[in-house]
Amino acid sequence: MRMSIIRIYGLFLRHFFLITRSFPRILDLIYWPSIQITLWGFISNFFASHSSYYNNAVGVILTCAILYDFLFRTSIGFNMLFLEEIWSRNFTNLFIAPMKISEIITSLVITALIRALIGLIPAIILTSPLFGISILDLGIYLFFLFLSLYIFGITLGILVSSGLLRFGPSFENIAWSTMFLLAPFGCIYYPIETLPVIFQKIAYSLPLVYVFEEARNILINNTINLENLYSALKLNAVYLLLAITLFYYSFSVARKKGTLINIGE
Amino acid sequence: MQNLVEVKKLKKNYGLKEAVKGISFKIKDDEILGLLGPNGSGKTTTIGMMLGLLKPSNGEIIIDGKKIEDNRIEILKKINFISPYIELPKKLTVKQNLIVYGKLYSVSDIKKRIEYLSEKLRLGDLLNKITGELSSGQKNRVSLAKALINKPKVLLLDEPTASLDPEIGDFVRTFLEEYKKEMKISILLASHNMNEVTRLCKSILMMKDGIIIDSGSPNELISKHGRQNLEEVFLKLTRDENEYN
Repeated sequence: MRMSIIRIYGLFLRHFFLITRSFPRILDLIYWPSIQITLWGFISNFFASHSSYYNNAVGVILTCAILYDFLFRTSIGFNMLFLEEIWSRNFTNLFIAPMKISEIITSLVITALIRALIGLIPAIILTSPLFGISILDLGIYLFFLFLSLYIFGITLGILVSSGLLRFGPSFENIAWSTMFLLAPFGCIYYPIETLPVIFQKIAYSLPLVYVFEEARNILINNTINLENLYSALKLNAVYLLLAITLFYYSFSVARKKGTLINIGE
Repeated sequence: MQNLVEVKKLKKNYGLKEAVKGISFKIKDDEILGLLGPNGSGKTTTIGMMLGLLKPSNGEIIIDGKKIEDNRIEILKKINFISPYIELPKKLTVKQNLIVYGKLYSVSDIKKRIEYLSEKLRLGDLLNKITGELSSGQKNRVSLAKALINKPKVLLLDEPTASLDPEIGDFVRTFLEEYKKEMKISILLASHNMNEVTRLCKSILMMKDGIIIDSGSPNELISKHGRQNLEEVFLKLTRDENEYN
């Protein structure tokens, strides 16, 4: 059976209504990315004037901060959409509606992207007048870097949501901490050589390191290493597939264990 | 009359604990079947399996001729559920909630359906209000509208009038009677309100410890057990220790 666009739109609409009804919610989406980018903008200005490594590329740290924030917002955004159903005790209503798992995932994936962009676009616009930096300096490859981060953010969101399905709201704390756990291995603000060898091996098994290494490569060396982009996309495809499989498995286990019936109450 | 719902030898185990122990029953077209039992008797587990939220350990549920385990999405389109323990998104207006659920159930003319339900359930003044700001009686009527948005053939009701004042409770019961008469739907009503069950249900299942310990019409049960009313029958059956194990 094919997916229903109407049902996907219905679930999107539920979150669209929620966001657009509340000015504080919109403000919350914009506020944190803007603060984050502003903070990293000043740090990056300081580093640029005191480090030979960053001498030729003032915007490296800030660009990486923006990329990381996009990843963070996408992942947290997906988890938030799921948690929102638990907090509002609407979880049971959602799972007794005739929605396929694939439709739920698709709807949340689209909504999470829109949420992330609502936060990120103002932050990106801020960087130009405040710090004289444009993320568009990454050129056409910016799209692939964002795409990789988006897929990985969604993958993490699906993984955490699988945990919520399987273990219930007690898994909520993990939802908030996943990105912080992976951040050191992502080599967001430093080259991979900075990590101990054992950590480097872990880092190379994640798509993040390829994305951030490539962003630095483009900005500092003005060269493109397509191998990094391919590696990131290949790893993303593998992790995404695993995450979706795990989500289906968690749903099946939740039906056996009874989590679905208790989670919304 | 045909059987719209058939439950056959349904079992649910949580590890070693048997929550439902091989129960069987049928709900005919245009029938309200009462499901009574003390807390922990397996009512919610049974409803959970009928809604596809729980996977049966054994047995099967057939709704409108199809097994739910093989046709979950198709069957979910034809059924709906109301319980005071679940809520609609609180920050959305009543109308927004009904639109969202109209889309999730792929309702063809949502506007018309909302108009119909608003009129029947007296929601006209509430449509643009925030759901979370409504009284429990108002929320109950909104939840009922959500549960009927897809014109379900089978409606599962878990304590639909719990925590309602007598006037609203009576309004809901009258509405359910009239709606069933008009739409010829099948209803499974789990309730602790014996007057409600006596008024609405022609047949009743009594559950205890995961099994059906008795069944029949309210009058049959009252006379069979030599009691004055259904509440006394309920108390007798649920207090008889180990009689059915």
